[in-house]
Amino acid sequence: MSARAPATFAVMHPLRLQGAGVDRSSGAVLFSARTGIALAALFVASVALAQIAAPPTRPGIVDLLVKWTPLLARGFVFNLLISVFAMLIGTAAGVLLGIARLSPRRALRGASWLAVQFFRNAPWLVLLFFVMFLFPFEIRLGTTTIALPDWIKATFGLALPIMANVAEIVRGAVQSIPTAQWEAARSLAFSRRQTLWKIILPQCVKRMLPPWMNWYAILTMATTLASIVGVSEVMTLTGRITNAEGRTDLLIPIYSYVLLWFFAYCYPISAWTRRLEARYAER
Amino acid sequence: MDDIASWFVWLHKTTGIKLTVFYDSYDRARFLKGLATTVELSAYCLVASLVLGAFAAMLQGSRMAAVRRAATGFVQLFRNTPPLVQLYFFYFALGPLLPKVGGAPLLGSFGWAFVSLTLLETAFAAEIYRAGIEAVPKAMIEAASSLGFSRVQIYRQVVLPLALRATMPAMTNNLVNLVKTTTLAYAIAVPELVYMSAQIWSEQVNVPEMMVLLLICYVAMVGLINHFMQWLEERLRVPGFGQ
Repeated sequence: MSARAPATFAVMHPLRLQGAGVDRSSGAVLFSARTGIALAALFVASVALAQIAAPPTRPGIVDLLVKWTPLLARGFVFNLLISVFAMLIGTAAGVLLGIARLSPRRALRGASWLAVQFFRNAPWLVLLFFVMFLFPFEIRLGTTTIALPDWIKATFGLALPIMANVAEIVRGAVQSIPTAQWEAARSLAFSRRQTLWKIILPQCVKRMLPPWMNWYAILTMATTLASIVGVSEVMTLTGRITNAEGRTDLLIPIYSYVLLWFFAYCYPISAWTRRLEARYAER
Repeated sequence: MDDIASWFVWLHKTTGIKLTVFYDSYDRARFLKGLATTVELSAYCLVASLVLGAFAAMLQGSRMAAVRRAATGFVQLFRNTPPLVQLYFFYFALGPLLPKVGGAPLLGSFGWAFVSLTLLETAFAAEIYRAGIEAVPKAMIEAASSLGFSRVQIYRQVVLPLALRATMPAMTNNLVNLVKTTTLAYAIAVPELVYMSAQIWSEQVNVPEMMVLLLICYVAMVGLINHFMQWLEERLRVPGFGQ
């Protein structure tokens, strides 16, 4: 964003887009209860139609869904595992990167700017491929070898864009803290590092939490990308199940079933995020 | 052109960095085709989603509650489910339901990628339009109507020009996301940039080089879009608006 000239008309207020969820890269995913109802309706309708249309000689759609639910659940837990680890790694790295963006050292600032721009603007899938193919399948540390299975590599691949976006959240939050805080800390003889970690960052947590949670929801949905690179998560398993059953009438019910699961997981997070946003906005 | 090719041949011989796309005409043609497909898919989706998005935003502001609810449901559904699952849903679940024309499916993988991505982008564009229209101050509309503008005139000459400018930053973001999302089409074998690169690296065994080239290509595309949109924003700026 380039710096703009200040407003020349005192009367006109600047136009601002209202409402969450306008800017996808700043995170807002908006899960509404209405979406859940629509999804559930799609699921129920497709199951009912397929159940009626199924010939009596073959097992019904409901039986098939019940039969495969444990396997799908295992795949879905795997998705959640990947999302949690990727979020942890991405957040830890992102906080450091975000602080580096504000460093008084020019070289560090420039390098971290480049890293953030690069990882924010590269497609997730390409980053995922990047990590999958370029990381070794095991690491040797002296005599011990650490195996790196596919899903761990996928976790790192998904953590990269999260890192860059968390860095932006941290930078934005730190910059939104009044300068007086820095000056007050300075006058109390806090060092720069002490000021940052003990005074500024604790105040930022509140501001960072809603966008951070939004990114978690986005990440959870993005874990399905891991199926493209061969990790056995819920999408891969869904594909295998439909292949094994060889029934075209199973496709719509089973895919909407998976969609519903994602929704069921992400909706509470989204609702909580909105509650937090509303609460912090009041103060 | 020959100089560049011979330089990359020399690079391969001396350092082992193998970028066949710069000197092997077959690989170059494949890579360029992939690039062209990515640009084409993005462009089609962009145009279609801008038009459909405006339409969806209009329906969201409709006076009939049922229409409004349906439009909002559509927007919510596409924004809140994983894009990859949407793509699979269209390609694998709805694809086989379409009738075949002359033995070939009515919509190929490119067609389904276009449909799926367009609907996704339409949902995002609709939200942006709606927010842009809501951002126009009420006082402006009242002022225009007190000057004797008709409803249509107000919409066309006051609200839209201001709303479009207000939506520019969000639209830039959306466009960047669209280009990035086209990589998903790889999953249903659309011959776009990632797919073509994957073919090249599996034949030439030059994964690291192709990966870096691929990343540079995408970052360059996004950079160009950002640059162009910022220029456009600067050009269209009305004094007194924006920060």
